[in-house]
Amino acid sequence: MIVFEEVVKRYPGGYTALAGVSFEIGQGELVVLSGHSGAGKSTLLKLIAAIERPSAGAVRLNGQDVSRLRHRAIPYLRRSLGLVLQECRLLTDRSVFDNVMLPLVITGHPPRDAAKRAAAALERVGLAGREREMPLGLSGGEQQRVAIARAIVNRPSVLIADEPTAHLDAAYAGEIAALFGSFNAAGVTVLVSTHDEALFAARRPRRLVLGKGQLVGEAA
Amino acid sequence: MTQWLYLHARAIALALRRLGGQPVGTLLSALVVGIALSLPAAGYLLLDNVASLARGVSGTPEISVFMAPQSSPAEVAAVEKRLRADGELAGYRYVSRDEALRQLERSGLGDVLGGLAANPLPDAFVITPRSDDPAVYNALHARFVDWPGVAHVQLDSAWVERLHALLRLGQAVVLLLAGLLGLALVIVTFNTIRLQILTQRHEIDVSRLLGATDPFIRRPFYWFGSLQGLLGGLVALAIVWAAVQVLGVPAAQLARAYGAVFTLAGPGVRDSAAIVAFAALLGWLGSAISVRRHLVERLT
Repeated sequence: MIVFEEVVKRYPGGYTALAGVSFEIGQGELVVLSGHSGAGKSTLLKLIAAIERPSAGAVRLNGQDVSRLRHRAIPYLRRSLGLVLQECRLLTDRSVFDNVMLPLVITGHPPRDAAKRAAAALERVGLAGREREMPLGLSGGEQQRVAIARAIVNRPSVLIADEPTAHLDAAYAGEIAALFGSFNAAGVTVLVSTHDEALFAARRPRRLVLGKGQLVGEAA
Repeated sequence: MTQWLYLHARAIALALRRLGGQPVGTLLSALVVGIALSLPAAGYLLLDNVASLARGVSGTPEISVFMAPQSSPAEVAAVEKRLRADGELAGYRYVSRDEALRQLERSGLGDVLGGLAANPLPDAFVITPRSDDPAVYNALHARFVDWPGVAHVQLDSAWVERLHALLRLGQAVVLLLAGLLGLALVIVTFNTIRLQILTQRHEIDVSRLLGATDPFIRRPFYWFGSLQGLLGGLVALAIVWAAVQVLGVPAAQLARAYGAVFTLAGPGVRDSAAIVAFAALLGWLGSAISVRRHLVERLT
């Protein structure tokens, strides 16, 4: 499902974020990506979503070579992914509901169907009844849940999250980790980068450990 | 098709929300665009009015052919025969030297000729050509002047020609003004959209991450520019209409002083639609250039 083949990513200025990383993630896996700050976790996730392009090697998603995608094809690749970033990146001038609706609006879903899906996604993350609230009125954990609802509303087969619990206290972080676990249990491939592997330990995920841009550890 | 319409409807709604979200800015932009456009629109309207006034005042221009005082009746008859056969003429009127003298006496100037032994006035023909094209007049003039017995040919179309030249000059000035102020409109829209893109940067980036295509991102900006131009066009129309109301009475009085009947007319439905459509088109152009300049470089 996700394949990295000798992937190198060098940023302008010469900094090498990834130096020949190779691995495969199969359908339905729950994978936790760990490593110290600057190990290359975020870069790796950005390469999957074509936010960055590799300097060498290949990144494949569902058999498609992401690194060679034409610019026009990138939006369609992203629609097949659920993407949760470290910062929630919610639109603060829109309601919770409108934020979750956004991916469906982008894909041109019929409004009535889109509204049903958005309501279901919010219910899934425990925010039913909070649709009309504005993001800035929510706690950090709730905002992250809105971001997760937005990521799953298109029913993606792959969910990618970049340190989704980084700014949350232990209780909220545990809830978010449990949510990812439940999505994985429903058949979604989940790749989460985190500093706190213990949060996901109960789900017995596969672990990928990055260090200085290289895969330094892997355990099922 | 339904999805395409839905996406456009959504883009229009978003553009309207952005316009409504900053009412003062929207109003000021519409006023700038409207005032800029009202100048060429008013100029065009003024020319149109002057042209129709000129048509009303001039009637049909004529050519006067004066025979030589010593010309014989045979020569006069020959000229009349040629005029009768000329297909380019709508008509002619023969004014004999005796009739000319009577007309002069009726006008109160008979005393001027009272001391002369004989009538010095020539026989004449007053000719109305079919066309009012100055070029036709000149061609007829050149032809008549060579006919035997003809002493002088006078065109009373010269002032019409001068007026046409003035109108052409006016049209060129209006066109130039429209071009320059249209460019100003494009620049205003370009800058507004640039600021919009800066303030919407976060939303644009988030939308891209969620799979938004370039057209999806651009569409609201195109609509924003077009709607802003359209609002400016409506303001321009309102300014022109107000000017017509204010200037209509004094213009009519001025015309009456010159013995003419004149009503300053506002823009018709077609002209009004053209002004608003032109403004919207320029708004779209400004936004398209701005989006191309400021959004494409942000593609990731």
